[in-house]
Amino acid sequence: MPTSLSPNLAPDKQREMLRQMLTIRRFEERASADYNAGKIYGVVHCYIGEEATAVGVCTALGRGDRIISTHRGHGHCIAKGADLNRMMAELYGRQTGYCKGKGGSMHIADFGIGMLGANGIVAGGISIITGAGLAAQMEGKGGVAVSFFGDGASNAGPFHECLNIAATWKLPMLYVCENNLHAAQTSAAQTHALPDVAGRAAGYGIPGIVVDGNDVFAVYQAANAAVDRARSGGGPTLIECKTYRQRAHTERKGQADPRDKAEVDAWMRKDPIALLERRLREQGELDDAGLQSIEGDIMAALEAAIAFAEASPFPLPEHATDDVFSA
Amino acid sequence: MRELTYNEAALEAIAEEMRRDPKIFYMSTDALPPLLKEFGPQRIRATPITEAALTGMAIGAAGCGFRPIVDWRQVTFCFVAMDQIVNQAAKIHYMFGGQVNFPILYRAAVGGGGLVAAQHSQSPYSMFMNVAGLKMFLPSTPHDMKGLLKTAIRDNNPVISFESSRLMARKGPVPEDDYTIPFGVADIKREGDDVTVVALAWLVHEALAAAEELAKEGVSVEIVDPRTLVPLDTETIRNSVQKTGRLVIADEAGPTAGFSAEVAALVTEDAATFAALKAPVKRVCALQVPIPYSPVLENHVFPDRGRITAGIREVLRGRRSEAA
Repeated sequence: MPTSLSPNLAPDKQREMLRQMLTIRRFEERASADYNAGKIYGVVHCYIGEEATAVGVCTALGRGDRIISTHRGHGHCIAKGADLNRMMAELYGRQTGYCKGKGGSMHIADFGIGMLGANGIVAGGISIITGAGLAAQMEGKGGVAVSFFGDGASNAGPFHECLNIAATWKLPMLYVCENNLHAAQTSAAQTHALPDVAGRAAGYGIPGIVVDGNDVFAVYQAANAAVDRARSGGGPTLIECKTYRQRAHTERKGQADPRDKAEVDAWMRKDPIALLERRLREQGELDDAGLQSIEGDIMAALEAAIAFAEASPFPLPEHATDDVFSA
Repeated sequence: MRELTYNEAALEAIAEEMRRDPKIFYMSTDALPPLLKEFGPQRIRATPITEAALTGMAIGAAGCGFRPIVDWRQVTFCFVAMDQIVNQAAKIHYMFGGQVNFPILYRAAVGGGGLVAAQHSQSPYSMFMNVAGLKMFLPSTPHDMKGLLKTAIRDNNPVISFESSRLMARKGPVPEDDYTIPFGVADIKREGDDVTVVALAWLVHEALAAAEELAKEGVSVEIVDPRTLVPLDTETIRNSVQKTGRLVIADEAGPTAGFSAEVAALVTEDAATFAALKAPVKRVCALQVPIPYSPVLENHVFPDRGRITAGIREVLRGRRSEAA
C-alpha cells in the first residue's frame, strides 16, 4: 500500500489527529500500569498500535454520527470525544464512571456523543449499530453509523447478516474491519479462507476497500469517501484497515503471546504515531516544542483523570440492583 | 361486547399503538398484510431470515429513540439470536449505567398442539425468566393480549410477548377502547376456596374446564393466571394459597427449573404461605422431553384438563405430616 497523500485538512486538524492518537496511547499505558498495580480490575484490552484506525475514521464523522466498538474499545471512545475522567473512573469501578461502575473496560458507552458502547462479545456490536444505521436512515437527517470490529468478528454470522441487510436497504453505514491479523490468540492465517476481508464486499454489491490501517491519512480518506457515499444515500461501505496490536491480547501479566516475534517487530517499525509524527515534521507542521506541548497537555489531562477517578467514591453495594430495568 | 380472536387482538393492539406513536416500527421475516396495508413498507418491514441481525438492530434503533417491534414468529427462531437477546438486549441498559432506554417488543409464539414436532412446539420462557433485564408475559385471552401488548409497547425495556399457538384462533370479548393491563398483576380467572391452580395460557382454559367438572362434586377451585412472567405477581399467588391451602401449578413447559418450579419455590419459601399449606404442592407440566410429532405421543407429553383434575384430586387427598 502506497503512503497516502496528506489530506485536505488544516494543520490544526492534523495535529489534532496526533493528539488523539497519543491520548489513546498514554491513556492505555496508564490503564495497563494501574491494572497491574491492582487499581483496575477484571480485564483490559489495549488498542495500542491501532490508533490510526479509530482516529482516521472518527475524524470523518460529525458529532451526530454514531459508532459502536469492540472489547478493545478505549480508542474508539477517545476518538469519538469521550471524557477521560469518566472513562478512567469507570475503569476504577467508581460511581462517577460512564457506567456507574457497572461496565468496566469492556463496556464503556456514551450515547450523548454517539458512542454506542464497547462490547465484550466478538461481533456483538455489529447488529446493534446496524440498527442505529436504520435509525439514521429513518430520521432522514443525513447521519451515518460506523461499526468497528475485528478480523475475528468478520467470521461470525452477524457480519454476513448485517452487511446483507445494510446493502439491501442502503443503510448509511461504514463497516470498519480492524484486521490486526489475530483473533485473540489465533492467527487470521489459520482462520480466514482469504486474507482480505474487504473482498467479501463483492458478495453484497458494495465497495470493499483495503487501507493501511496504520496510516491515519489513508484511513481518513477512505472513511471520508464512505461517509459521503452513506450520507448521499449510496449505502454501506466495507473498509478493511490492516493494522496490528502491539501488545498481547490482554494486559494480564504472564499471558502467552503466540505471535511470531519477527512479525511483531516488523509491525512495531510501522508504528502509526511515529509515522504521523514524522509526516507532520516533514510537512513543517510539527516541531519538538509543538510535540512537547501536545504531550504535556495529554499528561495533564491524564493526571487529572486519575485524580478524578481516585477521588471518586465506589458505588454503594445496594446500587447493584439499580437500573436492571428502566422506569 | 364484540369478540376478537387472540391473534386479532394482538394486531389491533399493535395497530392502535402504531397510530399513536410514529416511532414504532415492525420487523419480521414476513410482513403482516393488514399492518402493511395501513402503515406501509417503511414501518412494516419484511426482512431477510436473519433473526440475529433483527434482534440486535432493534437494540440499536431503540437506543436511538425508536420503539421497534421484532416478530420472531415462532420462539424457536430466536435461538439463533441468543447473543443479541441474552448478552445485549437484557444487559445493555444496566451495563451502561442506565444511560438510555431500550424500548423493544419481541413477539414469539410458544406451545404445542400443532403436531409440528420438537423444534416448533416449545415453551422455553423459563430460560428467559432466568436472564435479568427482560420482561415477559404470556396471555390466556384476547382481552389480556390486547391490554398487555399495549403495555409492552409503551414499556421502556425489552419485553418478550410469548403468545400461545393453541390460542391464536380462540375468540373472546375485547373492549374497543384504549386500555392497558399493567405488568405484574395476576388475574383470578375463577374464585374458589379449596385449591389454587396457577395456570398459564391454554392451560388456564383447561383448568377452567376442570374446575367446572369438579364444582359438580362440590370442589371449589380458584384459578390464578399470572399473565406476566416477569415481573411475577407473587403476592396474588401467595394470598390465594394462603386462602385455599392447596396448590396445583399447570404449565405447558417441562417442570425442570421452570416456571412451575419458580412458583413452587415462591410459595414454600414464604413462612405464612408455607404454614397455610395443607398438602404438598403439585406440578402438572409437560414431560421433560423434546415434543414428539405423532398425535399419540404429543398427547401423552402435554398436560390437559384430565391431568389437572387428577392433580387437584391428589392435593385434596394429600395431608401434611402431623409427626412431631
